[in-house]
Amino acid sequence: MTSKVIKAGSISRRRLLTTASAGAALAVSPFRINLLQAEEAPIKIGFPVPLTGPYGAEAQDQVRAGQLAVAQFNDAGGLNGRKAELVVRDDKLNPGEAATRTLELVEKEKVNFVVGSLSAAVQLAINNVTKERGVIFNSISQSDAINEAADFSKYTFHEALNPHMTSGAVGRYAFAKFGKKVAFLTADYAYGHEMVRGFLEVGKEFNIENLGDIRHPLGTTDFSTLLPRLQALKPDILCISNFGRDQQIALKQATDFGIKKSIQIIAPLLSHASRVAAGPQAFDGVVGGCSFYWGIEDKFASTKAFNDAFRKMYDGKLPTDYGALGYGGVRTVLEAVKGAGSVETDKVVAALEALKYDYYKGPQYYRKCDHQSVQSVLVIKSKSKDMKNESDVFEVLSTEEPDEKYLRSCEALGHKS
Amino acid sequence: MAGLSFDLIALQLFAGLALGAIYVLFAIGLSLIFGMLTVVNFAHGAFYMVGAYVGLYLISIGGNFWICLLAVPILIGLFGLAVERVLIRPLYGRGIDYPLLLTFGLSYVMVECVRIAFGKTGYPFDTPEVLQGAVNIGVGYFPLYRLFVIGATAVVLLALWLFLEKTSFGLIIRAGARDPQIVRVLGVDVSRVWLIVFGIGTAIAGLAGLLAAPLQGVIPEMGGTILAEAFVVTVVGGMGSIGGAVLAGLLVGVVVSMTSLFAPEMAKVSIFALMAIVLIVRPQGFFGRAGLMS
Repeated sequence: MTSKVIKAGSISRRRLLTTASAGAALAVSPFRINLLQAEEAPIKIGFPVPLTGPYGAEAQDQVRAGQLAVAQFNDAGGLNGRKAELVVRDDKLNPGEAATRTLELVEKEKVNFVVGSLSAAVQLAINNVTKERGVIFNSISQSDAINEAADFSKYTFHEALNPHMTSGAVGRYAFAKFGKKVAFLTADYAYGHEMVRGFLEVGKEFNIENLGDIRHPLGTTDFSTLLPRLQALKPDILCISNFGRDQQIALKQATDFGIKKSIQIIAPLLSHASRVAAGPQAFDGVVGGCSFYWGIEDKFASTKAFNDAFRKMYDGKLPTDYGALGYGGVRTVLEAVKGAGSVETDKVVAALEALKYDYYKGPQYYRKCDHQSVQSVLVIKSKSKDMKNESDVFEVLSTEEPDEKYLRSCEALGHKS
Repeated sequence: MAGLSFDLIALQLFAGLALGAIYVLFAIGLSLIFGMLTVVNFAHGAFYMVGAYVGLYLISIGGNFWICLLAVPILIGLFGLAVERVLIRPLYGRGIDYPLLLTFGLSYVMVECVRIAFGKTGYPFDTPEVLQGAVNIGVGYFPLYRLFVIGATAVVLLALWLFLEKTSFGLIIRAGARDPQIVRVLGVDVSRVWLIVFGIGTAIAGLAGLLAAPLQGVIPEMGGTILAEAFVVTVVGGMGSIGGAVLAGLLVGVVVSMTSLFAPEMAKVSIFALMAIVLIVRPQGFFGRAGLMS
């Protein structure tokens, strides 16, 4: 009888609890504690992402997929009946705004965990708040710094790829194939800098020649004054390290300037949402990396299951790369909660560290020293022909399998072990 | 970095002028409205953005880019007329900050409405087929579409000049800007003149938005960045001076372009550095009339 009660909706549960007879029955039931917990506040996951601004397209998909992970957790009964809830906030891609919103999430909303962010710089601001208050933060956007000893804390997890892994995978593929003379066009903030550092590092193995790195501010809408210079450098490869709307506009305008005729454009990350927002021509032929592409569903049952669940929840839409990260970030935390049987921070940290998971893209785990998720990197190419559906935008060229050798060593990050 | 060739510098200069043409097209509407109405139109960027979205919508229901070139300025102009008649007109004679605050708020409303109607994410906007690709302009390849934008800007400027300088209605507009009271005494309905000026200014903003769409796609926030740059252009050119806006727009384009060549990190700052220098040397801008703001 009691198990039936747990499965029922919250209203009937509440009604039942208020009746004296049920109360009397429960007083002697071994499930009493579970039922009382079910009456507790939901497990709250704070989710600060930049819904407005140049990365808005990606952020919306993070929210969608995050909601899916929460819905699945709740449908499966939650934590002994205790449901989870996603508390979404717009950080406007601004570190100050993100810190304020996160503080609000922690202090006012009393969230149990924070998952989110979509910027190498903003996630550090969020991490500052969460680590000071001892709240678990699972970051779902790229950053090298967040795993370094200076920024890291035992509450910090990183579900996303980092620039070192991404640029490594793309560099190993591109430098072997397209040539050694490389010019860079880079968004002038942490993400861009870390990507270029990664490319130059892997470039040493291939003896690439760095022709120059032109940096543009975040949120640039016109690249016409930067492109002639890059063209004049006559590189084999133009490496464009920016993201979101910057990437859309840069690739569109580079296409207009005819750069693709003689130069192979590569990008550390090709964002699915940006490719859809910019249209096929702008991205056509560009090679880059990503953490997830729905098309690997023939390879992994977990991808197929994730795609199907996402399709079902969002009218046949397929998840994007950053969406998948939103899903992974929330799901890992909730699975750890289940594993730990509690929302107590230390227990969940231990459960996360012990997790060996395959939720959407093949096997992954969090490395002990820096909580970086060790995972595969896909090298993809954008296509403009033979598209089977509106999400059929990339072709997977190669996959770099999950391996700690592609990560910076724990010592290099300043950790002891 | 590799050495600088003559061709590169010439191409860079040209890229600057092309960029300047976009600034000019955006800023003349702003300058026109300020010069004639002394209304600082903070919603100008929003009209620009709505212009791009109207173009996007017209194309999605079967229109083409060339129809949009005509339809967008007309529709946005009509929208501008309505805004002037209903919202701005009651504020004339109340000090410059009233319409400024109103249009500032209006821009938020417009952006939010577009977000509700079209979503927060951007849309691609294809360059019309005949204008795709790059052509050799002697010193290097340059996108054909950008050349088209320069041409379109020149046509708009010429039409505006002819209208203001060669027609009797243009004469009334200029007179109304100089001394509305006398014009009113002479039996001219000044409020009608202002209505039309506001409509023309917003129509040009809508056209500029449409022309910018194939360069960068459309997104609800697209009017924000260009508004800041356009204010620099109008301030440098002299608030209210159309000739000043043209000169300053091209100059800002070239300054951005040349800074991009030598110190790309400084390109964005260079615009404001230019403004600071001009304001120190010549507070009213190139062709501005002193005291228009007071």
